Amino acid sequence: MPDTITVKNLSKSFAGNDVLRDFSAEIPLSNAIVLRGASGIGKTTLFRLLLGLEQPDMGEICGMENKKASAVFQEDRLLPWARALENVALVSNEIRAKDALGRLGLGEHMHLLPKELSGGMKRRVAIARALAYGGDILFLDEPFTGLDDENKRVAARTLLEAGVPILVITHDDSEAELFGKYREIRVG
Amino acid sequence: MESKRKFLKTALIALIYLAVWEAVSLLVGKELLFPSPLVTLTRLFGLLTQAKSWLFAGLTLLRIMTGYLLGLIAGVLLAVLTTRSRFAEALLSPLRSIVKASPVTSFILLALLWLTSDLVPLFISFLMVVPMVWAATAEAIAQTDTRLVEMGRVFGLTRWQIVKKIYIPSVLPQFLAACTTALGFAWKSGVAAEIIALPKQSIGYQLYASKLRIETPDLFAWTLFIVALSILLERLLVTSMRRIRRDA
Repeated sequence: MPDTITVKNLSKSFAGNDVLRDFSAEIPLSNAIVLRGASGIGKTTLFRLLLGLEQPDMGEICGMENKKASAVFQEDRLLPWARALENVALVSNEIRAKDALGRLGLGEHMHLLPKELSGGMKRRVAIARALAYGGDILFLDEPFTGLDDENKRVAARTLLEAGVPILVITHDDSEAELFGKYREIRVG
Repeated sequence: MESKRKFLKTALIALIYLAVWEAVSLLVGKELLFPSPLVTLTRLFGLLTQAKSWLFAGLTLLRIMTGYLLGLIAGVLLAVLTTRSRFAEALLSPLRSIVKASPVTSFILLALLWLTSDLVPLFISFLMVVPMVWAATAEAIAQTDTRLVEMGRVFGLTRWQIVKKIYIPSVLPQFLAACTTALGFAWKSGVAAEIIALPKQSIGYQLYASKLRIETPDLFAWTLFIVALSILLERLLVTSMRRIRRDA
């Protein structure tokens, strides 16, 4: 019986606008889970609720207690004053950071500042940070934005090698397929 | 080659200023009203060779820099407090507005009633620095990217790590710029406070005494001394700040 996250009657609104309304789901923590739904339906809000960055207006989340969550946000969220290696080592240590960056093909660019990296490289640094941190579950919000096909494949393979459940938001079927056999959960 | 050109350019600008100064002095024709560069520089050299001039300068520097440093600390603490608590911001921000809007001489005269003449320049420098550093630091804290702070929280950084790795580097550029501006204000207002409060061993007292004795060359020479010290201090601060920013 796989571990699950249970979401019960979750609602969240911002400034009177319902972003997520009475959403319930059983999210099994095995392999990859792809969250689907139209744009603006509340997938990122659900992510934020699961990560504890927002509190629900109503409803509850069970199964996230005592879990170490790692994340790739919709934006790269890199420290602009820190080099790629420092950005990754910030949440782990230098050895793990170098290893993660190397596996994502950034071995030669780890001493560059974010402003010196291309969009795709910055995305890979953000993925490397999530990998180096480790954790019991990986939350990925549009993780492959700005990556070419080859780098998408390498990133997906490296993420799967971490061997932890992956919860991913993506609009792209081909990106979802990079995670192999996945389960789909519809939001909204 | 570049440094030689820069030196020649600086020397040329200095010569132009000296020529204008000399011309105005000749035009006025009275050393008592407007001394020539030669008379002033001779007097300045005389001051620089006297040990007591350096003692006065040292004590003035000590008073002003103590006020300045205390002002930096208080400014940062107030910025942290008022960005964390809306009540503290509502309670304390009128004070900041009052200090910023009031003429410095009002505070000097008030401080004279409360403090000894030695402490007045220190207090005034402190008072000029606090609102400047407070406002700049508070603004920089408020502008810190909250998405980075969220990232830190998700990745389990401690509160201190978030401050050290996210807030401090984010606030540093605006804080350092405020430090440089505040130094000039602290220096000018501190010397002004000395001229009014007249602590015996101070540059301000010497300026006042020169004016009383109508020794205009002395007044010019002390003013030049103050300007030179101010430039030196600012250079030192800018160099240290470059180092801090590089190491941060």
